[in-house]
Order: sequence, then C-alpha cells, then structure tokens
Amino acid sequence: MMGQAPQQPVGTPRGGDPAEHHPYAPVVALNGVRKAYPLRGGGQRLALGDVTFDVARGEFACVVGPSGAGKTTLLRCLAGLAMPTSGTVEFEGTPLRQVPAGVGVVFQDYGRSLFPWLTVRGNVDLALKARGIARDSRPARIAEVLASVGLADAGRAYPWQLSGGMQQRVAIARALACRPDLLLMDEPFASVDAQTRFGLEDLILRVREEFGVTVVFVTHDIDEAVYLADRVIVLSASPGVVTEVIDIALPRPRDQVATKRDEAFAAYREHLLGLVMTR
Amino acid sequence: MRGEAAAAAGSAQAGSAGSSARAGSARASTVRAASRVAGRAATRAWLFAALIGAWWAWSAGSTSVYFPPLAKIVRTLWAQWAVGPARAQLGSSLEHLALGYAIAGLAGIGIGALLWSLRYLREATSPYLYFLYVLPAPVLVPAVITVFGIGAAMKVVIIAFAAIWPTLLNTLDGMRGVDAVKLDTARALGMSGARRTLAVVLPAAAPQVVAGLRNSLQVSIILMVVSEWVASTGGIGYYIVTAQESFDYLGMWSGILMLAIVGGAANLLFVLAENRLLYWHYGARAVEGRA
Repeated sequence: MMGQAPQQPVGTPRGGDPAEHHPYAPVVALNGVRKAYPLRGGGQRLALGDVTFDVARGEFACVVGPSGAGKTTLLRCLAGLAMPTSGTVEFEGTPLRQVPAGVGVVFQDYGRSLFPWLTVRGNVDLALKARGIARDSRPARIAEVLASVGLADAGRAYPWQLSGGMQQRVAIARALACRPDLLLMDEPFASVDAQTRFGLEDLILRVREEFGVTVVFVTHDIDEAVYLADRVIVLSASPGVVTEVIDIALPRPRDQVATKRDEAFAAYREHLLGLVMTR
Repeated sequence: MRGEAAAAAGSAQAGSAGSSARAGSARASTVRAASRVAGRAATRAWLFAALIGAWWAWSAGSTSVYFPPLAKIVRTLWAQWAVGPARAQLGSSLEHLALGYAIAGLAGIGIGALLWSLRYLREATSPYLYFLYVLPAPVLVPAVITVFGIGAAMKVVIIAFAAIWPTLLNTLDGMRGVDAVKLDTARALGMSGARRTLAVVLPAAAPQVVAGLRNSLQVSIILMVVSEWVASTGGIGYYIVTAQESFDYLGMWSGILMLAIVGGAANLLFVLAENRLLYWHYGARAVEGRA
C-alpha cells in the first residue's frame, strides 16, 4: 500500500476502508489545541499553545521539536489520555473523551509500560480482553501479532527476560493487537542502543504496512523522523506551536544505508535541524 | 533480530532444567538440582540444628522442674499434641487463626483498594487509620469481650481487627505508588476502572501487599495466643497458661514448642506462596541487579 509514489501529495488518504470512513476524512484532527498545567502556588504553565494539524489515513507523521516543546503532552492529547484546555481533538470525526478502541499507544519506557507479572502473551492477551475480544479468537490473534514483530517464540517468556529491543517489540505487538486505525508512539526507540534502533525503525515501517495503520510518531531525533515519515510536524519550544510541516518525498521502501545516503535526506535533515536548534 | 529472539527465548526456557536434553543428562541435572537444594537447606538449617542439639545435650541431665530435659518435652509434645487430648486445643487455635487471618487479609486488601480509589474517604479517614494501627490491639480485648462474649467469635474478631492494619495500609501505600505509566497504559488499552484496579493496580502493588500480609500473619499469631489467655477455655494459649498455673511445666514447654511449630509452619507456607505469587517480581529484580 505504501511502497510507491513518494511524490504523491502527502496528507491525502491512501488506503483504509472507504465504505466505513469518509475517504477524505482525517484519522485524527487537532484544532487549536492548547494545554495548560496549573502550577504549584497559582498560575499555570502553557505546554501547548494553539496546535492545529490533521493526520490522513495511512500516513506516517513524525512530530519533532526541542525538548520541552510539549511533544508528550501533544501525544497524550491525541490519545485521549489528557484533555486539551481549549480546542478539540477529533478521532475519526468524533471528539475524544477517552482512549478510543481504534487507537494503540506505545510509550517510551517499555520497562514501565509492560506488565512484568504477565508473560509476553499475557500482556497481549490483556489488551484483547480489555477490548472485549472473545476468548476463543484471542490465541490466534496473539500468535499473529507476535509473529509480525518477530517474537513468535517468545510468548511464554516474561518481558524482563528479554532484551530492551524485544521488550519494545512486545509493547508494539500489544498496541497493534486490537488492530487500531491509529498508532501513537512517544519516543519509542529512545531507550535502546543505536543498532537495535535501526532494526526497530525498519520493523515499524514494515508493520504499519502489514496492518495498514496510521502512525503518529513523536521523537527528538531528526534523522529518525526524516527516515520514517511521510510528513514531519515541527513544534517550537515551549509553549509548543506548529512552526512548520514538511512533506518528506523520499522513495519507499526506505533503507538504512541507501535512504540516508540520499542528498534529499541530508537536505531535509539540515533544514529540520536548523528549525529545531535555533530556538 | 531473529537470532536475538531465539537466544532470549532460549534463556527464558532455561529455567525448566533442560526439558529437551537427553534422558541421561536430564537425570544428571536433576541430581545436581537436588544437591543444590540440599546444600541451600543445610546452609540455613545448621544453626537451628546446633541450637536444638545444644538444648538437648544441656538439658539431658536436668532435674529442675522448671527446665525439664528436652527429650521429655518432646515426648510430652507427642503424647499431648499429636495423639493426645491437646489436639482439640490445637484445632481450635488453628481454626480461629485461619478465619481471623483470612478476614484480615481479604478485608485489608479490599478496604485498602477502596480507600485508594476514593480520595475523599482516604484523606478523611487517614488519621484514624494510623491511630488504630499504632493502638496495641490487646488493649481492645476487654472491649471486644464485652461485645462478643468469650466464644470463638471474640477470638476471630480480635485477630481480624489487629491483623487488618498492616495489610490495609500496605495495600493503600502500594497502590498509591503504582507507576503512572502503568496507569496510562491501562487506560490506553481501554480498561475500565474496575479492570484497571484488579488487573493492573493490584498486581503492581502486590509486592507491598504481600509484605503487609506477612506482617498481618505475625500479628494474627500473637493475637491468637493473647485472645486465648484472657477468658477462654481452649486453644494453645489457654493450654500453656493452665499448665503453668497448675505447675505442669512439661505441659507448658510442650505448648510453647507447639506454638513455635505453628508459627514456623505458617511462615513456611507463606514464604512458599509468596515465592510462587511474586516469582515475576524477584525475577525482574534479579535482572535489574545484573544490568
């Protein structure tokens, strides 16, 4: 689905089920989202100041910004884990009140987000159970999603018996288990080593094609954003606002060596670094 | 990445002592495992064995009525508690202990979880909880007797009332300490409030809850004896006091030994259950320690 047509204008829908959703409706739309946290001793701190953008069906959108730009806050608002102070977040046309069934979330710290008292399959099973998937169809779903992330044989292990990269793959499998339309990832590869990270980047590109899932991926790593994205959304320093949205017209499938050698890759990278660093 | 997966899956299964190995090496590893267990038991038990041995030897020729030979005490223990009339006392004690402790444990976890989820109730009751926690439970015995009489109900109530606090407060503390990322994850997976509490918050707090249950067990045993000392006609505590009052020092010592056995056995059972229940906790901690 995603392999071709890099010059296609990004932001138009590619894939999804037109019978089920309006073909041009964005999967998720933020409109004037502001988020303020009350400060101890009165006053408030504005984490997000007026953020507006859409993410189209099938798109891979990366959100970058300097630290403290409110990237995590933005993702929490997108997930329905936090309510914006003003503005709206709409998921498939409905305003968010809680985390909808069509959204999967992968947090940065797998050590904290996986449940250590459950095995790998137990972790995935709990996700299916929570969304009311019938008992007899769960084992097949678990096997399928674990195979997709290359963990077909690790189902009976506990997460803490696995390497960091494998643990994050468990978290990805768990987020994908209910076949979400939208996968939200908050700096998911920030706590693994560089080599593992490249492997995980390629894995997420492969898996999102396999599952036809729209991805919003928050990262502070410019190279990672350019490598993965169809579109990069740049946030300013606090309070975060969208300073620029850049379409990444690099050919797919992407390759850790060839893509990163591309002159266009270097140009995107330079441009984005300029945007993020000068603030 | 495939290799990585296979390696880790392998190490995950390594605990099951070479199930795919040939029969011969499987037998060898069983023998090795058995000798390891025996070795560990010996490391722990040597002091116990030495003390019992010393007591046995030191008391062997004793003619003191207060400190009879251990050999005689053990004979009395057998005659009274294993095959004799005191078996009924033992049964009555264990019954009250089990019932009181079970109530304390279940109610402690339940009320702890309830207070965790209801902030207003928690903040309002907190000072009273800590007051009751530090209040020595035996002082309540007369009051409980006034209300419940001197029957079995009184004993169970005293045990449950005294033993509930460690579990309740540890449950509350443990639940309050659950990582915010785990709560976010649970919400992101679409869990309802009740499921979040049961499937995420309770297991995440389990190490602390179990520590509380362990504390409650000790308190239960203490209160079992105390409740039998006062206005009672049965139980190990009653037996010990009556024996002492009627100058039956052999009987008294046998009762004390019986109590030590009950305490030791209860603790052993608890540790076995704990190791099973918190297998993941100790495993994960060991991995963190290595990293």
